[in-house]
Order: sequence, then C-alpha cells, then structure tokens
Amino acid sequence: MTALAGLIRKEVYHILRDRRTLVVIVALPVLQVILFGYAIRTDVDRVRLAVVDPSPDPMTLALRARLDAAGVFEIVTVSPTMDAIEPLFRRGEAQGAIVFEPDFAEHAGRGVPASLLIVADATEPNTGSIVQAYASAVVQAYEQEQTTRSRVVRIAPAVRMRFNPTRRSSNLFVPGLMAFVLTIVSSLMTAISLTREKETGTLEALLVSPLRPWQIIAGKVAPYVVVGFASVVGVIVEARLVFGVPLRGSAALLLAEGVLFILVSLSLGILISARTSSQRVAMLGALVGTMLPTMLLSGFIFPIESMPAPLRAISAVVPARWFVLVARSVMLKGTGLAYLWPATLILLAMALALLAASTRAFHERLEA
Amino acid sequence: MRRILFLARAEVLHVVRDRATLAQVLIVPILQLLVLSNAATFQIRDTPTYIVDLDRSTASRRLVERFESSGHFRVAGRSASPTLADEALLAGDVTMALTIPHDFEAMLVRTSAAPLQLSVNAEKGSAAGIVQSYASSIVSAYAAELTAAGGGAARIDLRTRSWYNPSLDYRHYMVPGILVALVTLIGTLLTAQNIAREKELGTLEQLNVTPITRGQFIAAKLLPFWTLGLLDLAIGLVVGVVVFGVPVRGSLLLLFSAAAIYLVVALAIGLWISTIVETQQQAMFVTFFVMNVYLLMSGLFTPIDSMAPWVQTVSQVNPVRHFVTISRAVLVKGAGVRDVAQPLLILVVFAGVTLTLAVRQYSKRIA
Repeated sequence: MTALAGLIRKEVYHILRDRRTLVVIVALPVLQVILFGYAIRTDVDRVRLAVVDPSPDPMTLALRARLDAAGVFEIVTVSPTMDAIEPLFRRGEAQGAIVFEPDFAEHAGRGVPASLLIVADATEPNTGSIVQAYASAVVQAYEQEQTTRSRVVRIAPAVRMRFNPTRRSSNLFVPGLMAFVLTIVSSLMTAISLTREKETGTLEALLVSPLRPWQIIAGKVAPYVVVGFASVVGVIVEARLVFGVPLRGSAALLLAEGVLFILVSLSLGILISARTSSQRVAMLGALVGTMLPTMLLSGFIFPIESMPAPLRAISAVVPARWFVLVARSVMLKGTGLAYLWPATLILLAMALALLAASTRAFHERLEA
Repeated sequence: MRRILFLARAEVLHVVRDRATLAQVLIVPILQLLVLSNAATFQIRDTPTYIVDLDRSTASRRLVERFESSGHFRVAGRSASPTLADEALLAGDVTMALTIPHDFEAMLVRTSAAPLQLSVNAEKGSAAGIVQSYASSIVSAYAAELTAAGGGAARIDLRTRSWYNPSLDYRHYMVPGILVALVTLIGTLLTAQNIAREKELGTLEQLNVTPITRGQFIAAKLLPFWTLGLLDLAIGLVVGVVVFGVPVRGSLLLLFSAAAIYLVVALAIGLWISTIVETQQQAMFVTFFVMNVYLLMSGLFTPIDSMAPWVQTVSQVNPVRHFVTISRAVLVKGAGVRDVAQPLLILVVFAGVTLTLAVRQYSKRIA
C-alpha cells in the first residue's frame, strides 16, 4: 500500500511540475465554459429586417411600428421596391424582409385580402424559420386585434416551454461540456502520461519494482480521477455562477455518474496507450478515438436525432453520448434513476468491459 | 527563382512519397466532409410528438392529420392522458406534446375560437423555437382553411419565402463552411508539422548552411502547401456538389481567389507555430488548440449573429470568420466581388500582416 501511495505521489509531482499539462487541466474547463456560454449559441434574439413598403398608409405604418416594438427586430432599411433588398441579403446586412403590396390598407379595407410577404434568408435554415415565425406571429396578433368579424376562425395554441423556459443555449451546452472536459482530462492525459513512461523507459523500471501491474495502473490513474472530479465540480459551479445554469436534480447522482464516466474515459486512455508506442501516436489515437466522437457524435453540440441512421448507430457506442444524456436530464429536468437507469447501465457495462480490456492489453504488453 | 522551384519540387516529392501525408491530403478531407456535413447539423425533422386528443371529434382528428402529413412531426404516442404525455416528455421519448381539449370542436362552432396546448421540450434551446414555429404554422394554416370554408376571409394574406435554401437543407449551409475548415487544416497543420519535422531531423540546420536564403526557403516550403490547399478546396467542392447538391451560385474564380489570399494567412499561422515548437508532437498540439478556438468562433458551426456582442467584436480578428462568410455568400447566395468586398479586404490585410510577422519571427528564432 505504501508503494502504491509512493507511485501516486510521484504522479502528482509529474502533473504539478509539467506546466503545460497543468495549464491544460486548469485553464481548459474555464475557457471552454466561457466559449460555449458566449460564443457557441444558436439563440436568435436580434433580427435585421428590411421593409418594402411601396405606398405607406396607416395600416402598414401600424404594422411596422408593431414589428419595431416586438423587441427582436431591428429595421435596417425601408425601401419602396424589392430591388434594393437583394444586395442587402447577399451582404448579410438583412436577415429578413417584410414586403407589403401597393395599396395595402385599401385592399384590406375593401375585403380583398391584402397580400403580405415575409422573406427570410434561409442560408442557415433554422434562423430562417425562426425569423419567419417571429414576423408571422406579430402580423397575426395585429390581424386578430383588427378583425371584428366573428367568421374568422382562431385557434390559439398555449405554448409551454418545458425544462428550459428561456430556451438559452448555455443551458444546453454546459452539461455536455462536462463530458468533453472529462474526455480531455481522463483519456488524453492518461494516454500521454502512460506512453511517456514507455518512451522514456521508466515503465520498465516500474515493472521490476515490487508493484503489481494493477497497482501501477491504479497509481497512474488515481490522480487523474481526482483532477477529473475537480473539473466537473468546477464546470458546474462556474456554469451556475456565470450563466445561471440550474442543477434541478440530485448533485450526488450527477457526481456518481461523473465518476462512472471518468472510469470509462480512463480505461479508454489506458487501452490507447497500451496499443501505441509513442506519445505522438497515442495523442493522435486519443484525438481521433475519443475527442472527435465526443465533440461530434455525443449530442453535445449537434442533436443526435438530426443525424442519418448510420451515424446515430455509431453514436450509441460513444460513451459521452450517454453521459451527456444523463448530465442534461439531471441538471435541466431533475430526473432521477427511475428514468436514467438504461443509460447508467450502459455506462456501467462500458466501464467494466473497457477496464477488463485495458488491464488485459496492458498485461500482454508487459509480458511481451 | 530556380532554387525555389528546386526546393519546392523536393517538397512535393516528400509529400507524394510519404503515404501518411498523402492520405492526410487526399482522403482525410473527403472523409471529413462526408462525416461532418452529416453529423454537424441542427436540422430538425420528424420531431417525435405525443398526441392527447381529449375531444375525439372530426375537427381534432383533422388537425392531428395535418401534423402527421406535414413532414415535420412523427406521432410517437397517443392516449387520453396528459400524465402519460408528461412522462414521455420527461423520459425524452418525445419532444413535443399536443393536447386538444375536450370541447375543441364545440368551441370552434360556437365562438370560432378554440384553445390548444403545446408542450415543447426546450432542453435543446433554439430547436424548441423551431418546433414551435412549425407547429404554429400548421395550426394557423388549419384555422385559415376553416375560415375560408365558413365563407369568411382573413384581411391579410400572409405568405412566407425562404431565400437561398428553400428546401431548408442544412448541408447547403454546412458544406461551404466545412470546406474552409479543410483548407485551414491543410494550410496550418501540414506547414507547422512539416517544418517541425525538419527541425527534429536536423535537416533544417543543413539547409541553413546552403546558399539558399531564408526567404527562398520559406517560399519553397509554403508554395506546395498553398497549391495543396487549393487542390483540396477543388476536391471538396466537387464532392459537395456531386454528393450533397450544394449550389454554386456565384463565381468560382472569386471563391478561389479569396481562397488563395486566405491560404497565405493559414500558412503564415502554421509557419509561426513552427517557430515556437520543437517537435512535431508539440506542433500538432498547439495547432489543434489554436484551430479549435478559431473554428468554433468563426461562425462555422453556429451563426455569428447568435454570439454575445463582445464575442462578435472579438471574432473580427478571426480570419476564418471572414473566409466562411465569403464562401457561403459566393456559393449559396451568389454574391459578387462588391458584396464581399469588406471581408475580402480584411483578408488581404491579414495576409500581409501575418506573413510579415511570421517570416520575421522565423528569421529571429531559427537564425
């Protein structure tokens, strides 16, 4: 046991002495939370709108005032013809346009439907849809107020936005971010640290010591478990303080699942290092094998349900996918094990399988 | 000039001979394009929906049919129990629950107005807004139809158009951006790694004692990678157009001219990284982190307009942002030189500044 403690102490010294690693471990989570809180967002809360109004009249002016007052639109130009609009779209200076037909109020007054066109720049399809929805809602609200005839049918949906009423992106990304940070700290760092010992030949020295192989592995990974745990807590606290991301469920459950995920990532790191001989290859392996899938296929940034079937199938074997699901459910929905047991079981199975595989791979490597 | 060409030829031979580099240049970009454009998507389709129809009338059934046939929604469960709907939402089995109250039809007949309830799982932020907007447009289209059937007429005939991407295909948005990422990776990563390798092998020292000047050396190093970058853009573009039907509405000459300028920036950054690292591994590490931040903050994955205002300002000094803007504007919107003059000018300035700085830094560190 004292031998194991000694090894752990040595590993802690290694981490503390290596400035670059320390910077990665400490600064990365902080930087990523800021990046994902402020930069990686999909909220549409300012829309640059162009207005085409060939013959301004009380009705078009009233509608324009409504759009202005809605709070999301910034009217960048009012022009009498369509011609002026397209260059604005091409330069990205306008994201949407409201086009009134000539003699708008007159038509509406005579009972002929006055035609109104909402154009959106759908280069980014979701922004385009949202711009259309915002503008339509303003126009429909105005129309319903004006209409006195009871023959117009109105169906008013009452919308409830569950679990994230403000629909803020940071609430979505931050729980996923924990998976990302943990992958970097656990898989990448472990893989590099183990292969470094191999490269420098110090692993041989450890092997002839009275330490058992499992003790070597335990001694190497224990500090990283602690570091990973600390960065999870750091991310949760920072997300709470800076962005007000809630933690509605049980903190104990979240941390326990965190430890489970750390085990999975560490085992992956060990497995990668056992199969590679140089730090360079180990790093490449960790990047391609763990970080990229975590970033792209875990649902952390891009929703899994939007992917084609083959990629959805691949995402099922990405451990981060299940941890992202758990973290998001616990933090935003406050769900407990009653709903999360399948994901938890999958993580547990992955942890056991990977631990077994990595210890074996490590053994083979040592005996060879 | 002859010396530069000679060295450049040696460089090309190196690339062609080294299988790993060749794969990195030719195959990886295509794979990245295929995987990324399918994985990096916020496209919303087939939203799983729970239907609670308490009315069970003709009107309510028609409304549900509208949802089913819209292509945006897929009925994943139905019952007469709001509690079950709530549980499905909580378990994540459905994204939206539509509740039709039991006097829906009666209210419509009596007062021409009826309520509905939509519960959307808003965990996924703005995606929920889009789901809601699709649902609302189905409901208002249904209401408008009932109005027309009843002989009434709305006062405003509201129509919507989606310019540049009427099919709302997310890949038409992503591919022009991913092309930029490919060009960036080739330019920066290969340059940084390549010079770091010469350092590791000690061949850089050898070149330093030959009559080749530093300027010639840098030109000879950068020229092949500059060409490779343009080649990769061409390959990626062909794949994008053939496989994903990405539109090419603007001038290809404009796009490639912009790429030629942008590549100078990417190569200069690679050169700069090579001066601060000692090994290929460090070069890869540094490049990876620099690129990570640059790409994430370029508007490639999420729109610039959604970023916090101060981040939008900061992103002005991100060259990737400007080339992403140009690439999308030219390919998808058919923009001409006048439309992209501003980002283009910024890129020219960037190219001049970064190349000067990188060359100076290189001369200082290596000599």
